[in-house]
Amino acid sequence: MQHSNTLDLLVGLFVASGIGALFFLAMQVSNLSSFFEQDSYKITAHFENSGGLKVKSPVSMAGVRIGRVSAIHFDNKTYESIVEMRIASKYNTLPDDTSASILTAGLLGEQYVGLTPGGSEEFLHNGSVIDFTQSAIVLENLVSQFLFSDKEKK
Amino acid sequence: MQIFQQLGHATLNSLSKLGRGTFFLMHSLNGLTYILIRPGLIIRQLYFVGVLTFLIIIVSGLFVGMVLALQGYYTLSDFGAEESLGIMVAASLVRELGPVVSALLYAGRAGSALTAEIGLMKATEQLSGMEMMAVDPVKRIIAPRFYAGLISMPLLAALFSMIGIIGGHIVGVGLLGVDDGAFWSHMQSSMDFYDDILNGVIKSIVFGFITTWIALFEGYDTLPTSEGVGRATTRTVVNSAFAILGLDFLLTAIMFGDD
Amino acid sequence: MDNHVKHEIISIRKLTFTRGKRKIFDNISMDIKRGSITAIMGPSGTGKTTLLKLIGGQLVPDAGTITVDGQAVHQLNRSALFALRKRIGMLFQSGALLTDMNVFENVAFPLREHTNLPESMIRTLVLMKLQAVGLRGARYLKTNELSGGMARRVALARAMALDPMMIMYDEPFTGQDPISLGVLVQLIKTLNTILGLTSIVVSHDVHETAAIADYIYLISEGKIVGQGSPEAISRSKSGWVQQFMQGSADGPVHFHYPAEPYMADIFSSADN
Repeated sequence: MQHSNTLDLLVGLFVASGIGALFFLAMQVSNLSSFFEQDSYKITAHFENSGGLKVKSPVSMAGVRIGRVSAIHFDNKTYESIVEMRIASKYNTLPDDTSASILTAGLLGEQYVGLTPGGSEEFLHNGSVIDFTQSAIVLENLVSQFLFSDKEKK
Repeated sequence: MQIFQQLGHATLNSLSKLGRGTFFLMHSLNGLTYILIRPGLIIRQLYFVGVLTFLIIIVSGLFVGMVLALQGYYTLSDFGAEESLGIMVAASLVRELGPVVSALLYAGRAGSALTAEIGLMKATEQLSGMEMMAVDPVKRIIAPRFYAGLISMPLLAALFSMIGIIGGHIVGVGLLGVDDGAFWSHMQSSMDFYDDILNGVIKSIVFGFITTWIALFEGYDTLPTSEGVGRATTRTVVNSAFAILGLDFLLTAIMFGDD
Repeated sequence: MDNHVKHEIISIRKLTFTRGKRKIFDNISMDIKRGSITAIMGPSGTGKTTLLKLIGGQLVPDAGTITVDGQAVHQLNRSALFALRKRIGMLFQSGALLTDMNVFENVAFPLREHTNLPESMIRTLVLMKLQAVGLRGARYLKTNELSGGMARRVALARAMALDPMMIMYDEPFTGQDPISLGVLVQLIKTLNTILGLTSIVVSHDVHETAAIADYIYLISEGKIVGQGSPEAISRSKSGWVQQFMQGSADGPVHFHYPAEPYMADIFSSADN
């Protein structure tokens, strides 16, 4: 059961570097400081079609990410998609007539919720519902629209 | 007809081996209380199992990361998506290559060494001798090695992934001209701690558990001859490889299949 | 039960043990007297090592009982068995030293595992045991630096570490040079007398074993074919015993493997 000081030292270094690597991965490589841990408030929006939007998809305004999608549910009565979002508490001056659209980053990128401010002087707070929404653009619908409108012209 | 007989025979043998192996595992896990009072045993084994595998992990990780960046760049540039190189390298490493490749390397280096060591101890009657001295060889010899392997594996996998990402950075940003900021920012925004990193760690813990178990049991169960030990080390590496790859498929399907 | 008055430290009754298809022991009974050096001899492969393992509880017999110091070995629970083993020292054929420790630590191993003695006391005890086998100066050598004979002496020191009541020697003389042989023989005899031990020596080295044994059991094909003191054995009328003790090439154990008559075989034209 002899173990010299060198051995202990090397083992300590090994374990430390291993844990260090885990930290590196957690901090540098991922989004550990995740939005859900910061203070945030919840708002909801209803969409006819939420397309490829996923939980944890980003929510942005003016190109800045201010929150994330926290849940997506289906409304049995209105047959609409209910998207819940968490917005960082520091962004608490969003007018309550803000509109939400589902947009695509780049040409084939992931989908996100883009918020455009309205002009109201009252602000969104925890539990608010966004009234103005624009659904995701579904490529097939777009193409068929184009085809049919073309037909009509003839 | 003889082939069916042999098949049946082989299956029965495998099943009884699995049974013996499970009892062996339970017995080893029981050794936790014994080794907690003797931390020197684990530290010594951490050295043999972890520190000595360190070098091959670092070197392999570096090269794997660099190759990923190289290969990935050319494919991504077809879509004008070079800026995603960072996330591509990181995701491949953290989710799959880190845990799997480091586990395979671990099985080849540390696993076979463990099997040989235990097999040799069995052949030279050291295990028997210990029993006759009223010391439980499973608790004293096997358990420290088992827990050392369990601790080392996730650390080694994390090291592999980290060095791989750095290697990918060197090639991608340094040599191929991908933008440094984009490399990291795409990675950070798309890589999720819980889904990607934690899952990778869970995978490596599972691999460490299975590989170390196989390595120790093959050594313990071997015929105490030089031929037997040799065959046991081969079986360790082969069976570990099967187990790692099979479990990887299973775990990937469970963890990453729900999106 | 008044154990200490009983003469027999080990009683074996009707022991039967089979391995595979072979009957290693077939209904044998023997007694080992306290304080004696008892030799168990026989041809290679008769299972002499197996007997030691049966006594130590590492193997379980198919039938029969083994009683050590009044306790039926195979009815003991795990902790009682371990307690019994601490009182028995065993010297394995290869020494079975732990290869990751040096000489000192090997001898100290049982003390560190089973006692709470302070290190200073352990050191004293280890040095005493090493002195008894003549290796006190070799205490820091590594196991791979030891010759075969030295390794066995270290193993002996280790077997004595807990001051057992009995030591079992598994083929201690096999493959030793004459000097090591002489050393070992003398050690076994001296230690047995001075420390009041009981020794069981399993061997097929007739000359050395007969020189120190008080009583001999000859085992062949699973049965006891001869027993008695060394002189009684040498006067035995059994042809087999005489052949074994003298080491004659031919006798009841034939030299020639059964075959056809020599001349006929040579002059026949082919193997039919």
